[in-house]
Amino acid sequence: MTHKADLFRAEAAKRILITDGAFGTMIQNYGLDEAAYRGSYDTGFDQKGNNDLLALTRPDVIDEITRAYLGAGSDIASTNTFNANTISQADYGAEHLVREMNLAAAGIARKAADEAQAADGRPRFVAGAVGPTNKTLSLSPDVNDPGFRAIDFDTLKDVYREQIDALLDGGCDFILIETIFDTLNAKAGIMAVIEAGEARGEAVPLMISMTITDMSGRNLSGHSVEAFWAAIRHARPLTVGLNCSFGAPQLRPHVASLSALADTLLMVYPNAGLPNDLGEYDEQPHTTGGFIAEWAATGLINVVGGCCGTTPGHIAAMARAVAGHPPRKPATPPVRMMLAGLEPFVIAA
Amino acid sequence: MATAPDLDTPDEPVAASGSSFVNIGERTNVTGSAAFKKLIMAGDYVRAVEVARAQVDNGAQIIDVNMDEGLLDAEFAMTTFLKLIAAEPDIARVPVMVDSSKWSVIEAGLKCVSGKPIVNSISMKEGEEAFLASARKVMAYGAAVVVMAFDEVGQADTKERKIEICDRAYQLLMGIGFPPEDIIFDPNVFAVATGIDEHNNYGVDFIEATREIRRRCPHVHISGGLSNLSFSFRGNEPVRRAMHSIFLYHAIPAGMDMGIVNAGQLDVYDQIDPELREACEDVILNRDPGATDRLITLAEKYRGTDAVAEKAAEEWRGWPVAKRLEHALVKGLDAYVVDDTEEARQLFARPIEVIEGPLMDGMNVVGDLFGSGKMFLPQVVKSARVMKKAVAHLLPFIEAAKEVGARPKGKIIMATVKGDVHDIGKNIVGVVLACNGYDIIDLGVMVPWTRILEAANENDADMIGLSGLITPSLDEMVTVAVEMQRAGMTMPLLIGGATTSKVHTAIRISPAYQGPIVHVLDASRAVGVASTLMSDTQRDAFVEKTAADYEAVRVARANKGQNELATLEEARANAFVAAADGKAPPAARPGVHVFADWDLADLRDYIDWTPFFRAWELAGNYPAILDDEVVGESARSLWADAQAMLDRIVAEKWLTASGVAGLWPCRRDADDIIVHATGRPETDTIAPAPATALAAAHVLPEHEVRLPMLRQQIKKREGRPNMCLADFIDPHDDWIGGFAVTAGHGIDERSAAFRAAHDDYSDIMLKALADRLAEAFAERLHAHVRSDLWGYAPGEQLTNDALVREQYRGIRPAPGYPACPDHSLKPMLFDLLGATAATGITLTDSFAMLPTAAVSGFYFGHADSQYFGVARIGRDQLEEYAGRREVDLDTAERWLRPNLD
Repeated sequence: MTHKADLFRAEAAKRILITDGAFGTMIQNYGLDEAAYRGSYDTGFDQKGNNDLLALTRPDVIDEITRAYLGAGSDIASTNTFNANTISQADYGAEHLVREMNLAAAGIARKAADEAQAADGRPRFVAGAVGPTNKTLSLSPDVNDPGFRAIDFDTLKDVYREQIDALLDGGCDFILIETIFDTLNAKAGIMAVIEAGEARGEAVPLMISMTITDMSGRNLSGHSVEAFWAAIRHARPLTVGLNCSFGAPQLRPHVASLSALADTLLMVYPNAGLPNDLGEYDEQPHTTGGFIAEWAATGLINVVGGCCGTTPGHIAAMARAVAGHPPRKPATPPVRMMLAGLEPFVIAA
Repeated sequence: MATAPDLDTPDEPVAASGSSFVNIGERTNVTGSAAFKKLIMAGDYVRAVEVARAQVDNGAQIIDVNMDEGLLDAEFAMTTFLKLIAAEPDIARVPVMVDSSKWSVIEAGLKCVSGKPIVNSISMKEGEEAFLASARKVMAYGAAVVVMAFDEVGQADTKERKIEICDRAYQLLMGIGFPPEDIIFDPNVFAVATGIDEHNNYGVDFIEATREIRRRCPHVHISGGLSNLSFSFRGNEPVRRAMHSIFLYHAIPAGMDMGIVNAGQLDVYDQIDPELREACEDVILNRDPGATDRLITLAEKYRGTDAVAEKAAEEWRGWPVAKRLEHALVKGLDAYVVDDTEEARQLFARPIEVIEGPLMDGMNVVGDLFGSGKMFLPQVVKSARVMKKAVAHLLPFIEAAKEVGARPKGKIIMATVKGDVHDIGKNIVGVVLACNGYDIIDLGVMVPWTRILEAANENDADMIGLSGLITPSLDEMVTVAVEMQRAGMTMPLLIGGATTSKVHTAIRISPAYQGPIVHVLDASRAVGVASTLMSDTQRDAFVEKTAADYEAVRVARANKGQNELATLEEARANAFVAAADGKAPPAARPGVHVFADWDLADLRDYIDWTPFFRAWELAGNYPAILDDEVVGESARSLWADAQAMLDRIVAEKWLTASGVAGLWPCRRDADDIIVHATGRPETDTIAPAPATALAAAHVLPEHEVRLPMLRQQIKKREGRPNMCLADFIDPHDDWIGGFAVTAGHGIDERSAAFRAAHDDYSDIMLKALADRLAEAFAERLHAHVRSDLWGYAPGEQLTNDALVREQYRGIRPAPGYPACPDHSLKPMLFDLLGATAATGITLTDSFAMLPTAAVSGFYFGHADSQYFGVARIGRDQLEEYAGRREVDLDTAERWLRPNLD
């Protein structure tokens, strides 16, 4: 896997790479009903909305979306496994299917990526997507007991580990910890990746992506982009970046902050704008493409793609927008201690 | 970003509390603070957290947490305290130093810290292997580390030992790839002036070793615990402060850039009494053998001269009480909130006013700060906690006073709607509300509407809060609202979650439910909204204001919607497809039926009273409004007067109810409905110009009338049709109906009489009742059509309540209303019905009906037929519509203006 990371870095040194777009909003368009979601699995819960289960019940749908993104120009196929962990799947009574889901999803992405690569010779990579779960290590769900936590570090780490092992066994090149709303959750994920690498005797390349949950530029656990970078920099990720949050224009200042700090590749995949008043994403591909063209022209990014509301059309527009622009040069910050509470704290040495 | 200035210019004179040095607070260290230890031993974590806050307020840039005490479960104490301070953004903004001599305690602590902390400490005391194992874990947890100058032999005391041990540790750490900038060496600060001569040079050893370690080990930092230095002067704070300041004055230029020091207890070097400064300097720099004795003698002079700056931090305590409460809420400080609340209570006539006044004002400030990104969620949760304490203090007084309608608490059902599993936001809102005294019944995630309604009924809830994060949840919320409406519920419905919006709430959800609906922007607003809805003094105004607000949104939206439009062609391709088996049978009694004088006593039972009260600006739904705590009395009095007048209207036949209904075969041609005007009375269709002139032009030779309908053009999401009333009609053979009713005949005379007697009250009452009777007539006639004239629902048995909720098959859209927004269809309808001749209703130039207490519309019988809003349409449809209506473009534009840009 480290050679895949090396190959990725080599490609990223040549051009701005493209990752893929949203699964959720694409799946929505298929209008699948309960029977389609459920397939032959009866857990006693409704499965409608359990997008991760589709890798088992409607692999054709996941495959079609994956290939649509590869066709649109993606260099990375990410797995449709955002909620394929035992915590999230507990809501569907499908914890026992987690490994199967991840293996299947990884297999779909691997096959599609390999075939795309064979077809045109351009290297493709598979990123195993790991979501944040719906539990948080940093906040108490009970205001009368601010010291309470609904989950602990080791439990969450084990949950991540189970998913990560399955994704790697399924053929993923990298692990992508994404939509990080709680920095401590991410640290548990990082620990799981480190331990998975130790168990496999080879470091697992890691992509890390934070999400900003309010206009002050922080995630839910309260960390600014700079504090976040300080808190996860020890992972020495292949890429760090931001996803979801807002549309490209609202995300830009935070991307710029991170770009100036991070001595690694920067990957950003914003939503297709802000949802309109009715919760729909209106931003058209050419609009998104315009924003990304400016990012590319100013040397802001290494890898770009889309999150909620984006389609293969958006990805194709991005691919056109970045073509010919040189990639961002990773920052070379001075060597200095960078601690963090909710704010970063730098001590020069 | 907080950045400690570069130390590359160590020659600069530096004050002891100077800015080039990182203070690590030591007050949350049981080995360094007796007071903190006492709190922790007693399990008083609330006050222990305040110790941490005071440290940060005093300028500590990092806080050291140490729970190494033999009688403590150190792992439990460490994790408990770290989790608690994580909930305090004022504290959590700075990094933490996880301090223990036990690795297990450190590791437990690292699992609770979300930023990048420092581990304090590891050393080679147990050998290189154990040292490196710990170091690897520190790296994996993403922490920096303090390395003590300690090896297998023991603690480094001399300059040479300090340098040797640190240098070896540095080389080992470089070997495993440890980032050098994340290493902090602690070369051991030892006590001086102990009376033992061997100790006299400890200060100098530290300072000189520091200089050499910084030279040999690039990028590392040097730290030390200052309290050891002055150990001999325990209890003499002025001397200890001076010693620490002077030590730093010399160690910082040598390269010491961090220190465990009580940030509030450092003096500025230049401001230290010169005599004391000189004596301290002699001791620390070991300038002569008599230095210790001189300082010991001098120190007695300074004992007990302390206690100065403590008060400064408490300045806010001198502010007016309302301001103090606001400060406590914004800062989340609960130490004085009970006292302040009590003080405020004595200033107000009623305890409830403290909640509704200063406390809510404070919460609103919190809400605004949160909304503008100046506070974040944990702070809001804290503020809510302070609020709860204040409210808890007031409750007994409120209950003792038995204040009418004082309901400080409410029961709230909360749920993430079906299809959505996101619950963090909902949980936060839940706790914020819970800690403000609300009883929260949290139904969890993926909750179907059936369970939400059941829970609301079973628990006699005061309101329902719905949450959702993903876009399909918006539709599900509408479903819940629809079902609440269908179930006849009236409790407030709160809408929240990332994709929800005021506009969506106003446009999609609010029309589905007649009870109060409020979009709650964020958690910080939830308390304000909930308490206002529970308040006997503020609820109605708020509900009305919100409703008006949403109405304004709807109006603005309908007038100048921003949504993208489909072309007419695209919209038609996306037409609603009515199920074939939902088609209504042919009319049992086709043709036109005239009802010249419907029995008013019968109509009385069909009145929907809620709009009647609304007409009187009394907010609330009938019949609950009669028992409303605020307007109940007015409502009951109004109701009594209305019944009395109705008695006379019926008995004395003040008004006459006339109506007509017609049922005709029809078919659909694109978006037009072609009505075969069979059974149309030959002679009595002539109505006054100009309406008839327009209508007459459209009577086709075969007695067919073309009714052009408008189609929605706003781009729809996948699977949602662009509706048009014509979609409910079969292209080949179907049925449609029409009606016009009035209850206004005779009103003018009565009205004039009331006005002449200066009795405006009765005048308005009469008009309001006539309107209600006309609406009741429309409802009653529709029922008669369904069960008898058309006859597709012969066995229908519905209560008035069910009728009001439209729990029947078929619709009766009126020209001029959202599904059929063109008022100019009225003349065609009237012509088909011969309405003017049959009922005496006439149309004005602008198609308004006279008498005003009148209703007209079309009947659609298809099982799928439903109300919708045409909303904005495009130029293409406008132009085509003009052609279909055979009018010029200007005329069509005038008719359809509300639906154009």
